[in-house]
Amino acid sequence: MKYIGKFDPQKDEVVRVMDKDGKIINPKLAPSISDEELIKAYSIMNLSRRQDDYQNKMQRQGRLLSFLSSTGQEACEVAYTMVIDPKNDFFVSGYRNNAAWLTMGQTVRNIMLYWAGNEAGAKAPEGVNSLPPNIIIGSQYSQATGIAFAEKYQGKKGVAVTTTGDGGMSEGETYEAMNFAKLHELPVVFVCENNKWAISTPTVEQTKSLNIAVKAIATGMPSIKVDGNDFLASYAVAKEAVEFARSGNGPVLIEFDTYRLGAHSSSDAPDVYRPKGEFEDRVPYEPLIRLKAYMIAKGIWSEEKQTALNEEQDKHIAAEFAWVEQNKNYPIEDIFNYQYAELTEDLKDQLAEAKEFFAKYPETKDGGHH
Amino acid sequence: MAVINNIKAVTEALDVAMDRDKNVIVFGEDVGLEGGVFRATQGLQQKYGIERSFNAPISEAMFAGVGLGMAMNGMKPVVELQFQGLGLPALQNVIANISRMRNRSRGKWTAPMVIRMPMGGGIRALEHHSEALEAIFAHIPGIKTVMPSTPYDTKGLLLAAIESPDPVIVLEPTKLYRAFKQEVPDGYYTVPIGEGYKIQEGNDLTIVTYGAQTVDCMKAVEMIKSTHPTASIELIDLRSIQPWDKKMVIESVKKTGRLLVVSEAVRSFGVPAEIIATVNENCFDSLKAPLARCTGYDVVIPYDRGEGFHQVNPQKVVEAIKKVLDYKF
Repeated sequence: MKYIGKFDPQKDEVVRVMDKDGKIINPKLAPSISDEELIKAYSIMNLSRRQDDYQNKMQRQGRLLSFLSSTGQEACEVAYTMVIDPKNDFFVSGYRNNAAWLTMGQTVRNIMLYWAGNEAGAKAPEGVNSLPPNIIIGSQYSQATGIAFAEKYQGKKGVAVTTTGDGGMSEGETYEAMNFAKLHELPVVFVCENNKWAISTPTVEQTKSLNIAVKAIATGMPSIKVDGNDFLASYAVAKEAVEFARSGNGPVLIEFDTYRLGAHSSSDAPDVYRPKGEFEDRVPYEPLIRLKAYMIAKGIWSEEKQTALNEEQDKHIAAEFAWVEQNKNYPIEDIFNYQYAELTEDLKDQLAEAKEFFAKYPETKDGGHH
Repeated sequence: MAVINNIKAVTEALDVAMDRDKNVIVFGEDVGLEGGVFRATQGLQQKYGIERSFNAPISEAMFAGVGLGMAMNGMKPVVELQFQGLGLPALQNVIANISRMRNRSRGKWTAPMVIRMPMGGGIRALEHHSEALEAIFAHIPGIKTVMPSTPYDTKGLLLAAIESPDPVIVLEPTKLYRAFKQEVPDGYYTVPIGEGYKIQEGNDLTIVTYGAQTVDCMKAVEMIKSTHPTASIELIDLRSIQPWDKKMVIESVKKTGRLLVVSEAVRSFGVPAEIIATVNENCFDSLKAPLARCTGYDVVIPYDRGEGFHQVNPQKVVEAIKKVLDYKF
């Protein structure tokens, strides 16, 4: 073990490989990762960032519902999903996980469809074990624990990775799930993306714990704190944690020390609650700048490549959004069809009633208030 | 065929299900070695091992959520809540996650799981042990809710719940666990979810009930003979709360023209109100008296010394029957 058990959360020790300028400061801690993998990771981070920006614009125009941006947290999200197999492992997400969903193989189109208010977007493609966004926080820890229980019980080798924020860690269910997972030595990696804010409540008003990682100590499971804006550190620790869990050692909690650069959701205004200057202080530490600088210094990236990537991704995002705008609505059957395995007699009657009404008054489908 | 009580019927159903499918596991507070506070799971750990029948830490929200995770990943968990009133922390997961998983993932992830819980009063328990909250579960789309009253139905409905591709809440009236015995077939059989059971046919009044009040109603139907010897009463045990047997109830009220719904739950916004509304919508032309309900009062379930005031009892049902039968426009 290179990281777990070597960094003491009770001393607030943090795994860090690169500094804010992308310079390697702890070469011994650097993971072994190919240039191709690095470029892939960076590309997804970049895609997620640009998708966030685009969705923010569309939301302001009233073309998407409120959504929760991952801006600033892309490094750890990509890291902890990149180290699992989307087909045989599971990702049990929170709601702020755009970069993680993309890494798992969820499409820009589906994600946008979800934020446009169509549940079809929450259905991950075939072979992608990525669960729908969990809006009520905390519960994803239990679900991941149950999934991991089934993996172990059925003799499969899959690992469940689940995530919440510093606020979510105040929910009793996160502790309850970790406790159960450790009791049964289940293959779960619990992730906390400590982005310092739970809507407008700062971490210091959330807990008196030294950090989030120490919250695992009472369960008996190991935990570790990582610079979550440092992709290399995040990747290294996530990889080791997944291997640790997969090998039958039980669960691990990773606290990724990160920062939410955007608002909580596209509906709130962080300027109201964020202390002056905090955002500006944090920007230089954001993950894309750091990884890009590292890759340029390594000779595997350039401004030209960046420009080309941006153009390609922007084109893709716009095209996917155009598709979503054309296809975001669904037939009336879809609100009934997924309640149960089969439509109940009652629901058949209610569907017939609804169809008759909307055949007569189709214009009221949008609420009829306009 | 064995002659067994309701609690044994639960054990038998679990035994049969676990024997048939190794993905069926049971867990909850004290469920393992001791077999739960009512001994419903007694002997299962000894027979199937600690991996398949085990104690959970006291954290209902978590173990409902863990059950969901297991169900999504190919298992058939049967989660036991110790008492309905004590299982309220699990409600969040039932309502927010378990009931919605199929819909919110458009069918990619489903929750074929069972949550069992003892419920209802009349057992001289402490606070929070005697609630009848079936209306809360019945109000949530995406789950099914059943409440058997006999050993035959208890075994058959629990096996149907375990077989169901949808999450099912099985409410077990505590008062009936050891109240009586009945012949129950050995081995596997199911009672279809959503089908009521007609205890007796009649032409003058339909009584719809479920759970422990089935017994109260049977007694009341006997008692009413002393004052209304010719009254012909149709008595229906609903067995499933949601979906419920609308067809059976509607047909019955069309025939009898009178309805009394009996439930121990508090009165307002409850299952009887739903049944009455449905009958009103479908049978208005056949009605000979106002649709009636006999229920608990809208108060916090009293402790033991006061519980008798609140509980439905056969005499209360008799009085309610008289009111409906004797009604004159």
